[in-house]
Amino acid sequence: MFAFIISRILQALPVMLVVALISFAMFAYVGDPVSIMLGQDYTEAQRAALVAELGLDQPFFVQFARFVGNALQGEFGLSYRLSRPVAQLIAERAPATLELAFCAAALALLVGVPMGVYTGLYRNAWLSRFFLTFSLIGVSLPTFLIGILLILVFSVWLGWLPSFGRGDVVDLGWWSTGLLTWSGIKALILPSITLGLFQLTLIMRLVRAEMLEVLRTDYIKFARARGLPNRAVHFGHALKNTLVPVITIAGLQLGGIIAFAIVTETVFQWPGMGLLFIQSVGAADIPVMAAYLLLIALVFVTINLIVDLLYYAVDPRIRSGFGAARGGH
Amino acid sequence: MAAQSALARAFDSDLWWSFKRSPVTVVSAIVALACILGAVLAPWIAPHNPFDLASLNLIDAFKPPAWTGDGDATYPLGTDDQGRDVLSAIMYGARVSLLVGICAVLFATILGIAIGLVAGYVGGTVDSVLMRIADIQLTFPSILIALLIDGIVRAALPREVHDRVALFVVIFAIGISAWPAFARTVRGSTLVERNKEYVLAARVIGVSPLRIMASHVLPNVLGPVLVIATLGLGGAILTEATLSFLGVGVPPTQPSLGTLIRIGNDFLFSGEWWITIFPGVALIAMVLSVNLLGDWLRDALNPKLR
Repeated sequence: MFAFIISRILQALPVMLVVALISFAMFAYVGDPVSIMLGQDYTEAQRAALVAELGLDQPFFVQFARFVGNALQGEFGLSYRLSRPVAQLIAERAPATLELAFCAAALALLVGVPMGVYTGLYRNAWLSRFFLTFSLIGVSLPTFLIGILLILVFSVWLGWLPSFGRGDVVDLGWWSTGLLTWSGIKALILPSITLGLFQLTLIMRLVRAEMLEVLRTDYIKFARARGLPNRAVHFGHALKNTLVPVITIAGLQLGGIIAFAIVTETVFQWPGMGLLFIQSVGAADIPVMAAYLLLIALVFVTINLIVDLLYYAVDPRIRSGFGAARGGH
Repeated sequence: MAAQSALARAFDSDLWWSFKRSPVTVVSAIVALACILGAVLAPWIAPHNPFDLASLNLIDAFKPPAWTGDGDATYPLGTDDQGRDVLSAIMYGARVSLLVGICAVLFATILGIAIGLVAGYVGGTVDSVLMRIADIQLTFPSILIALLIDGIVRAALPREVHDRVALFVVIFAIGISAWPAFARTVRGSTLVERNKEYVLAARVIGVSPLRIMASHVLPNVLGPVLVIATLGLGGAILTEATLSFLGVGVPPTQPSLGTLIRIGNDFLFSGEWWITIFPGVALIAMVLSVNLLGDWLRDALNPKLR
């Protein structure tokens, strides 16, 4: 187990280094931070002093190493647009995005898996057909249109739910949460549906396809022949064996949720990291973009790592495969 | 004469036969054709010219669709805040969306084919480095990569230059974000083709590797590429619409469907829903029909499924 984790982390390191290199290259070569910091009037001596102070006269790899060192300490400099430390900006916005992503992922899994199991078990029921048609809509509608349609129906026409912002948030010191107030929860509903709908339909279709596949196998027939109750066959044998691909896709889709949080946050004016990023792209605010890029890369690499580890826990074949490979050396 | 027999052959082919047998495909082909014709012929068939400022009249602003009580028959889908005809704006917007989508897919296809051929044919370190890059890129959603490229270019270029080249930047960004799918497929097929006898024969008589790749291997790996390109077109149009919706895509002087939806979004609360919903419907119709055609093409070109 330990060797497995180490080998996966070693595989993830080059990816992080490449992304760090891209972020650093953005910092170093796009735009001119020195003239931005000096303003309009300066002498050559002042410029040279600042260049030396920032270490911009050092060789490329020395600068890069310093950038990585700073990044590891959460130090990304000042935002060009807001003139505040980037780390502080991101820390302020992170809870909003994480809560939204968590709710969307929970929605996708808690609704998508049961719907998939149902449509797999009762293929011809009218409810299954309804679910499948509905999932086609979820797959083909772009995220921002789903958000707009939901706002139109539930905010403008029915007036049930708020259409922008987080509602009232409770400040817990290092974390601001909307989950503890009624208006905060109400504000979460539409964005979570918008963000999670695509993943929900994807997971449902995947679970359905896997269920259909698994239900045909011999061990299911054998379990039935043993006289096990339906519930044990469906959930203990069938569903459990569909989980490997579901975990992969669900894990990888978590990355998609974070990427599309940018879109959802724009539609609902949700004060999260995605909105911060899109405003930074619009204003060419490189430090924020670089920091966001690194952060997202870290999240993606971590998700991939966790997915791999979950595999290891769920599928005994991988365990024995890795053990055999190690034993052979 | 030759054209006639080619046409006759086309109507006699398996592809045409499977096309006729699938009503969904026929309908989506009609819808896709209508979208493309409406977009391409917009300057000639659109009822108004939304960019002709002289013809705009603020008195006509916010007219609802023609079938509602206050509608005006000259504006079948209503007008926006500046009195522009929504139907005409959609037709002109679809032009931009289609143009960007097609160019981006073409760019991604060419890049992907080149990289895939080289990786598959040359093999070794070149192959593993190129495919490693593709793998890393595939872990990130394409919308994120397109956003990032757009942001970097925006920061690197002065504003007036950027506005002029914004359309190409979007095409470039979406193209770059989509190449790995093509490269992987082409590499896979190339690995198979590389060891076949016709390649060996060409190598033996001294044909250069570049020529073998371009004129011998390439034609044999194009089938799957066509399918990915069709499916990729829907994705590219959606990515462009999303970028434009976020306000970082095509410049406001050349509004695409995504831009129209963003503009209309501001009027959702005052009740003028038609400004944003109709461009949205047009976008969905276009993307869905292209995707369904792609699905059909994938199944029809795959002999294993017959």
